[in-house]
Amino acid sequence: MTSTTPVASSASTAPGTSSSAGSSASSASWDDLVAAALLGTERRTPPVAPRPGQDAPSALLDAAALSTVRRRAGLRPAPARPGPDRAPEDPRPALPTAARSRLALLLADRSAPGRGGSRSAPDLAELLPQWLALANHHGYRVPDALLPALLDAARARTDLRAEALTLGGPRALWLARLNPDWRFALRGAAGRASASPPEPSEAATAPDEEQRLWEEGLFAERVSLLATARHRDPAAGLALLSGTWSTERAEDRLMFLDSLRDDLSPSDEPFLEQALSDRSRNVRATAAELLSALPGSALAARMAERSRGCVSLTADEPPADALTTDGLTADALTTDGLAADALTTKGLTPDGLAPDGLAPDGLAPDGLTTERLTAEGSTAEGSIADGLTGDEPTAAGRTPRITVRPPDECDSGMQRDGIVPKPPSGRGARSWWLGQLVEATPLDRWSEWFGGRAPAEIVALPVADGWQADLHAAWCRAAVRQRGAEWCRALLGTPAVAPVTAGEAAPAAWRDPAKLLSALPSQERAEWVAEFIASHGLSDAFRLLGVCAVPWAQPLGRAVVDALDIARDAGSYPWSFSGVMGLAERCLDPTQADRLEVLTAIPDEREGAAPGAGGYWAEAFQRLVGTLRLRAAMQAELAPA
Amino acid sequence: MGARTVADMNPQGERWTAEQVLALAPDAASRTAGGKLAAAGTWSGAGAHGQAVWGLCSGSGGTPYQTVVDLNGPGYRCSCPSRKFPCKHALGLLLLWTSGEGGVPADGEPPEWAGQWLGGRRERAEKLAAGARDGGPGPGGGAGDGAGKGGSGGAADPEAAHRRAERRAQRIAAGATELERRLADLLRDGLAAADRAGYGAWDETAARMVDAQAPGLEARVRELAAIPSSGPGWPARLLEECALAHLLNQGFLHLDRLPEKLAATTRTRVGLTTPVAELLAAEEAIRDRWLVLGRQDGTDGRLTTRRTWLRGERTHRMALLLSFSAPGRPPELALPTGLVLDADLAYYPAARPLRAALGTRHEEVAEAAPPVAPPAVEGRDAPGAPEGCEMPGTAPDGCDVETALAAYGAALGEDPWLDGWPVVLADVVPVPGDDGWQLADERSGSALPVDPRCAGRTDLWQLMAISGGGPVTVFGECGHRGFSPITTWDPTPVSLIGTAAQGGTR
Repeated sequence: MTSTTPVASSASTAPGTSSSAGSSASSASWDDLVAAALLGTERRTPPVAPRPGQDAPSALLDAAALSTVRRRAGLRPAPARPGPDRAPEDPRPALPTAARSRLALLLADRSAPGRGGSRSAPDLAELLPQWLALANHHGYRVPDALLPALLDAARARTDLRAEALTLGGPRALWLARLNPDWRFALRGAAGRASASPPEPSEAATAPDEEQRLWEEGLFAERVSLLATARHRDPAAGLALLSGTWSTERAEDRLMFLDSLRDDLSPSDEPFLEQALSDRSRNVRATAAELLSALPGSALAARMAERSRGCVSLTADEPPADALTTDGLTADALTTDGLAADALTTKGLTPDGLAPDGLAPDGLAPDGLTTERLTAEGSTAEGSIADGLTGDEPTAAGRTPRITVRPPDECDSGMQRDGIVPKPPSGRGARSWWLGQLVEATPLDRWSEWFGGRAPAEIVALPVADGWQADLHAAWCRAAVRQRGAEWCRALLGTPAVAPVTAGEAAPAAWRDPAKLLSALPSQERAEWVAEFIASHGLSDAFRLLGVCAVPWAQPLGRAVVDALDIARDAGSYPWSFSGVMGLAERCLDPTQADRLEVLTAIPDEREGAAPGAGGYWAEAFQRLVGTLRLRAAMQAELAPA
Repeated sequence: MGARTVADMNPQGERWTAEQVLALAPDAASRTAGGKLAAAGTWSGAGAHGQAVWGLCSGSGGTPYQTVVDLNGPGYRCSCPSRKFPCKHALGLLLLWTSGEGGVPADGEPPEWAGQWLGGRRERAEKLAAGARDGGPGPGGGAGDGAGKGGSGGAADPEAAHRRAERRAQRIAAGATELERRLADLLRDGLAAADRAGYGAWDETAARMVDAQAPGLEARVRELAAIPSSGPGWPARLLEECALAHLLNQGFLHLDRLPEKLAATTRTRVGLTTPVAELLAAEEAIRDRWLVLGRQDGTDGRLTTRRTWLRGERTHRMALLLSFSAPGRPPELALPTGLVLDADLAYYPAARPLRAALGTRHEEVAEAAPPVAPPAVEGRDAPGAPEGCEMPGTAPDGCDVETALAAYGAALGEDPWLDGWPVVLADVVPVPGDDGWQLADERSGSALPVDPRCAGRTDLWQLMAISGGGPVTVFGECGHRGFSPITTWDPTPVSLIGTAAQGGTR
């Protein structure tokens, strides 16, 4: 029973007090006393002799009191267990005092449930990501005392993890190893945040040690190891992966392959090309996707060749002329047979691809063949095109247009290159294949094929037979995947154009302008969105604002504030704009606070306005201004002395 | 009611740190809310002069709130309707003031609304000080006396007071006798039966102790009731506590046969308190520069008790200040950890004095005559002069685990009811483990287990994070179930209490 007190006892120093504890206390052991007490003196005679006139319970209590105090007073230290290793040194500078208190507040707000703040008080939890990013930008380390709260915050909010772990640095990982609650921190989310200094513990890993960990480690450790190694030296990371590739499980292969995405380079091509023959369909698809993001890859070239067989530029001719064209084509083919020859050769040369995908196309008796001739001719010198217009004087002066002839089948070569043969329900198979081909085709090939036209000109070209939506949608995906800024710009068009409701009829770009925007430089993004808001208001702007760089550039911030002001004057309630308001609190440049101050006044209620709206708006603007001021203070506190 | 004798928080006239301000907050929500209000834009007409800070805070309503803080004490007044004390406005104002960024200019004249209140406070404080000098009882209970029993009646009619005291002693004796019977019954039937009887069986006994005006005995009874459900090993713990209750009963019933000091301890343990004013008048005041080592708030549902531990720079004596408040309001005595105050303390009479009442504080004198270098008492030498404790950024000196246990043992020799003794441990490494934490001394290879009851209220992981696996200084209570950490230094003081609520699962 003494074991409940984990310190060994030795009754060396008797208390010498407890005058009332009686003299009858015998040397009975504590365990005996407890046993007697547990059963009761009725059932077991206690191992102590009562004084005259004293009953057994009192004698037992006397003895127990003496024993208790004696044992407590004689406690001895326990042997020390081996402690954890020392945390690695973190040479980064400590936070300035004010910033330290601020972080404590931000973290405390997170834990305070149901923040009872008024509607006009800033939401501190929303500022935490910014604060962390800024602190990391300055290269601070977190105060040790706040590490547990920071790890708890990161545990609850995945969006904080990368920055939180960067701020926490090596000590955060050290601490997380000791507490299972924080195991998430070891899963390798670290090291991705901006300005992450090399972690001593990671960088110090010897190649042998790395290899061993790679071969024996847990999956999470390996993912993290691969990411770190890739980040440091892409080739070395790839070597690590290819060494064990054939023995990995399919799910793991998929994860590892996906982790190559961030530091993708042309030197990865052979490995990816090999992965195109993987047993797992998902691995194949991912490999194909990665390859198509490398414009110089053989896969991209194959895709380009296929696309070229499907999409072509032709002079605008009335459908009635189709017959003559046909005639002409047939003529051209039969007379010299050159075109077919050229095609076949062309189809074979780049990569030795089986010509079966192209041959039927090349022989198909329709306008396409002519077009192909034109295109090919134009790349060389343009003489054939000249000849063609000469052959057909009626076509002179007509605007060219794009004609589309989607693939007839999805052959094994296409499938190997990652084309998914089965379309989602409701979509035609051929347009589905076409979309995938165009999406994976390097964008600059289109200019090459279409007479050196710039992306904007190509996007402006009419598309025959209602293929525009499909073609433009595929171009959009390609532009995003290949980060083609000029194509994104062209596909986005001018923001002032009405964003027709996002139905089938809408230009493809309008279905997801946010993605296209994300491929543009930040200043341009901001200007585009600013103009968009100026023309269309805020109701469709939320996603667009989400992709703009923080803090919002001057014109964008102004546009948002103006739009809010207009919304207020229009008499609507502020909560219709709560999403944008929330974004504005986080993203507006804090220097805008003064400009906004005037809006915090409660305006006179006007006729036609929603009742009470003025007060709510004032409150919303108060909160906005308050948050901006707070952000300004946060930034000032973090500025290095 | 409260700490009217408490003088200047800050003899140096410097601005406080944000930590000191946040330590005043009654709860986490106020801390947060105060932080939000600590922005220059929120305040108008703010200013500070001497010991006063004031400002107007624009809230959601039309009229701004008038907030004024007297750093002397500190005391707060705000025209907001909040029941919290200090309210978020006072905290926000103080935080803004601590930032020193010009939001609160230092040399202003208080506006009329602030001046009136400040003047009133000063007057009252002076009256009280005069009263204390005359040796007369001050009005009201003062900082340490939760019972709130004024001393003025005693002076008026000593005869009547004596009779009242007699009557109460008799009542308590009756209660003690009753409790003795209850304990004897328990031991006769066996502790195993206590488990079956459940909590309710003790309720009636606790009520009897209330009737007997013996809050000390009542608290013990409630503790006894909780032990059977406290996990493995409870029979031994129940026997220990029964035995100590028995010891206390016997002590009180034979008070006349105890030495004077032990009798005083027994009286206190039973629940008889000495009014502060009486104490300050009767006991010799001990002047020292007292370092605030830590503090802990606890509540029993009816009363919030704040315990503040101090250590004298010169005397090296530990002291414990208690202050009380109704639930939901923090006790007014708010001394931030790390503060050094030059003040008089009067210890409550006891065989092992620990609890004390705060008397006069000597801010001006402290500046005029810096305290003499502490004589190397108890073999301790303080390298680096007395200012060592004044600057935040230095951990106080401490002892090893062996000495800590010995200190508790020695204290038990004089007060057998002590659950723990305040100790500063130096150079210990926290070691987590499946069956509890340890504070290990790497050099001697010995360790103190951390009291398992700390798990819920102490942020041991914070201690771990600060240690980084290396030695740290920890203040806490060393008791028979282990060590309860309260404060550590990084090297500024970090309270390990109260933040545990953040990591509920830890």
